[in-house]
Amino acid sequence: MLSRRVVSASGTTQGPLSAAVPGGLNATRPSVAPLATMNRSTPPAAVTRASDAAGSSGSVSQTWSGGIGLPAQALRRPAAQLPGFRDRGRPDARTPGRPDAQRRIPGSSAASARRHVTQRSPAVSPGPCQPGCTLSRMAERTRAKRPAAGALTTRPRSDTVGRGTASPSSWALGEGQATPWEYAPAPESRDVLTLQARYGLFIGGKEVAPRSGQWFTTLDPATEEPLAEVAKAGPEDVEQAVTAARRAFRRDWGRLPGRERAKYLFRIARILQERSREFAVAETLDNGKPIKETRDVDVPLAAAHFWYYAGWADKLEYAFPGRSPRPLGVAAQIIPWNFPLLMLAWKIAPALAAGNTVVLKPASSTPLSAMLFADVCRQADLPPGVVNIITGPGEIGMALVTHPDVDKVAFTGSTAVGKAIGRAIAGTGKALTLELGGKAANIVFDDAPLDQAIEGVVNGIFFNQGEVCCAGSRLLVQESIADLFTERLKDRLSTLRVGDPMDKNTDVGAINNPAQLAKINELIQVGVDEGAELYQPACELPSRGWFVRPTLFTNVSQSSRIAQEEIFGPVLSVLTFRTPDEAIEKANNTPYGLSAGVWTEKGSRILMMTKRLRAGVIWANTFNRFDPTSPFGGYKESGFGREGGVHGMHAYLDLGEGF
Amino acid sequence: MPPGRRDVINVEPAAAASPRIAVRKTYKLYVGGQFPRSESGRSYLVRGADGSALAHAARGSRKDLRDAVRSARGAFAGWDGKTAMNRGQVLYRVAELLEGRRDQFQAEVAAAEGLTAAAAREQVDRSIDRWVWYAGWADKLSQVLGTVNPVAAPYFDCTFPEATGVVGVVAPEASSLLGLVSRVAPVVVSGNTCVVLASGGRPLPAVTLSEVLVTSDVPGGVINLITGQRRELVPWLAAHLDVNAIDTWGVPVDLQTSVEEAAIENLKRVSRGPRGADADRFDWLDDRRAQRPEWIAAFLEMKTVWHPIGM
Repeated sequence: MLSRRVVSASGTTQGPLSAAVPGGLNATRPSVAPLATMNRSTPPAAVTRASDAAGSSGSVSQTWSGGIGLPAQALRRPAAQLPGFRDRGRPDARTPGRPDAQRRIPGSSAASARRHVTQRSPAVSPGPCQPGCTLSRMAERTRAKRPAAGALTTRPRSDTVGRGTASPSSWALGEGQATPWEYAPAPESRDVLTLQARYGLFIGGKEVAPRSGQWFTTLDPATEEPLAEVAKAGPEDVEQAVTAARRAFRRDWGRLPGRERAKYLFRIARILQERSREFAVAETLDNGKPIKETRDVDVPLAAAHFWYYAGWADKLEYAFPGRSPRPLGVAAQIIPWNFPLLMLAWKIAPALAAGNTVVLKPASSTPLSAMLFADVCRQADLPPGVVNIITGPGEIGMALVTHPDVDKVAFTGSTAVGKAIGRAIAGTGKALTLELGGKAANIVFDDAPLDQAIEGVVNGIFFNQGEVCCAGSRLLVQESIADLFTERLKDRLSTLRVGDPMDKNTDVGAINNPAQLAKINELIQVGVDEGAELYQPACELPSRGWFVRPTLFTNVSQSSRIAQEEIFGPVLSVLTFRTPDEAIEKANNTPYGLSAGVWTEKGSRILMMTKRLRAGVIWANTFNRFDPTSPFGGYKESGFGREGGVHGMHAYLDLGEGF
Repeated sequence: MPPGRRDVINVEPAAAASPRIAVRKTYKLYVGGQFPRSESGRSYLVRGADGSALAHAARGSRKDLRDAVRSARGAFAGWDGKTAMNRGQVLYRVAELLEGRRDQFQAEVAAAEGLTAAAAREQVDRSIDRWVWYAGWADKLSQVLGTVNPVAAPYFDCTFPEATGVVGVVAPEASSLLGLVSRVAPVVVSGNTCVVLASGGRPLPAVTLSEVLVTSDVPGGVINLITGQRRELVPWLAAHLDVNAIDTWGVPVDLQTSVEEAAIENLKRVSRGPRGADADRFDWLDDRRAQRPEWIAAFLEMKTVWHPIGM
């Protein structure tokens, strides 16, 4: 995320995933980034402070006091002269010896308060940039610039749990200032999107009014204003949708050769690409996630999924040699609100490629992109009934999956609902795949490339406001670097821009719905009550809409609820470990097993951790990467079945196990 | 001459004239590499297909089941951590030792299932071959089921299978040996450990198989065998929270729904067989249908790993 912001300074903003393109953050990662080199030129004052700090955290000392080995001239080269780096202000050293801005939460012990003092990172002089430094290192320098005159004034909202705690004292802010920069608004235009006042159900290729005669309103989480009315399906509508899907399976889609199915899917992929900005705007308005994420992640990936699975449609016998794969029939698919279009693509693309027809129920708080997708199906001339979309509350989803004419159920969402679905269809013989919750550990070893690790940890938990099942919500950092790492994390948190999702500079948007916001705030309060130490940057939150500050908890115990429960929000719990065995023990110590992250420069350690972590996706020296070719899904109570890749095809095919 | 000695001499001619009294075997459970009786002290009479009494088998209890799960969990890390080639050799070793006891198994299968000697021999021979077939899969799974994923970014990205963990196997009711082997071998070849409920009515060949397992380098706890009454034991197995997956092939039809309901509590992976009479009639001799890599895959997790590519 840091890299994104820096790149945006030169005009092209990038999402966390597009940062993976050649030349992106990880591609340019130096092979070794020990502490000494990760942080710029070290003027004598800083070295002194580093030595001081070394007294309290021994193993850090050597690396910190080590030299950099670059000519002094290079060290002093002004950042502004470097290509691709736009200076935003006058470089200045951090102010040493500033009072610790950390707010002690009630109930924290005197010992933990003391720990804060020793825990502060050695003062780092931002200094001028070095040649060849990574984007993130340059960004780090940007961060340390003195605030421009008249910078943003902050008025933390008092009604939110855990008001913003503090800005890094290195910023030397004036009173009332929250960040050193002024950002001009950069709103994405809404012109590209025209919403209907009402969206009916998409059944049998037509938009139809619900037989229930009921409608509900979907809101913009950033403004709490209504966007459109959406049909509230009833049991009769479910019946009609399943009937349409069955008819299409028998008559059209089930008989269509794979090569023809493929072309429909390619068409859909192309139309999604052509209408990508429209979808991005709709998704951001309806979900509350930042426009740069919908634009750079959600929509391109959704199109890519259709593209990938299109190619499988006429090659299934090569995917499963020696078998005669057959479609299952009618698939009932229920998707969550955190990635509405992307989850739709994950579900519909492989189902159609395999020759199934589908009835999809989007989440009731994010139905719009699915309704736009219905229009894409029409534009692609997809035979009627192949894709049916019904909107409504959770009971409708349950009515859908339990419908006797449904052959396959795919659900992404909470573990509790996933289990309820499993119970509801137990004994029916329906095929089932579940992609449920997670409580991923992001494990940072003391030899990790720290700049990248900081970015990866931030991306891991604050991407999509942390409303990600695979979010890296538990940071496990090796004890020897814990203080330094936590301090730098706090610094980095303070630079996140929270606010209008439609602003192209926004890092953290709105929480999708008030119930989720309440749950996040409740768990933050639980964290405070249980004795963890809270840190939230003092950023300004919009006066309307459902927002929460990026939140970090230190001093978290393994048994704490914030270390065990899925929060599904921008809340990171920091725990420490000493040995790899302890890290594995702690990482695996949840009922979940969806994802995990490992940060170390030691290859053999990565492979060992990869083997021993019980999770379906392991990101090593990266986090939150997704691709249609890459299978995704959980171990243990994070669900079963995979989405993505050839394994994702399997979930929609009968390979002859039906005897 | 002491009296005792004289007694022996006196007895000898008479003993030689009468038929030898056979030494009967006590059929016990197989848990953690040991052969305990049921902690409950219970047993039940097992009858052959012709109705004759064959032996008493231990009637396993909920506690026996829990002990078995605990030893399966304890054995998981070691078994899963062995090299694939090593696991393959261990499975092959089971076949080697079975080969040497074909006559014994033929007699037990014939008695249990009411088969002719030739038919029973075929069941036994195919059971041996099935171990061999699955043994060969051990070091090929990740090559057949794994992928290297061409992601649209500079990352190395691969997916490979791993064992699910502890698997509960409700073995087929009708096919006492071949059916059981056909369901257990695909579970353990990938590194899973298991708790097997043997056929309720025909448990004896399974117990004898455990004697082969204990001498064939299968580490204790990898395969645990419980005999007893299914209606009593299946619900506990399905509900056990430290069991990661369950093979419901031998679950009585009317229990299937409740088993799946219980299994979802901790997201057990559920493998289903054909239902009811179809399950009992399933032809385990048909290699094309009765030995499948999918049955291995049913108890695997796919793990995807990403790493950046760069200098």
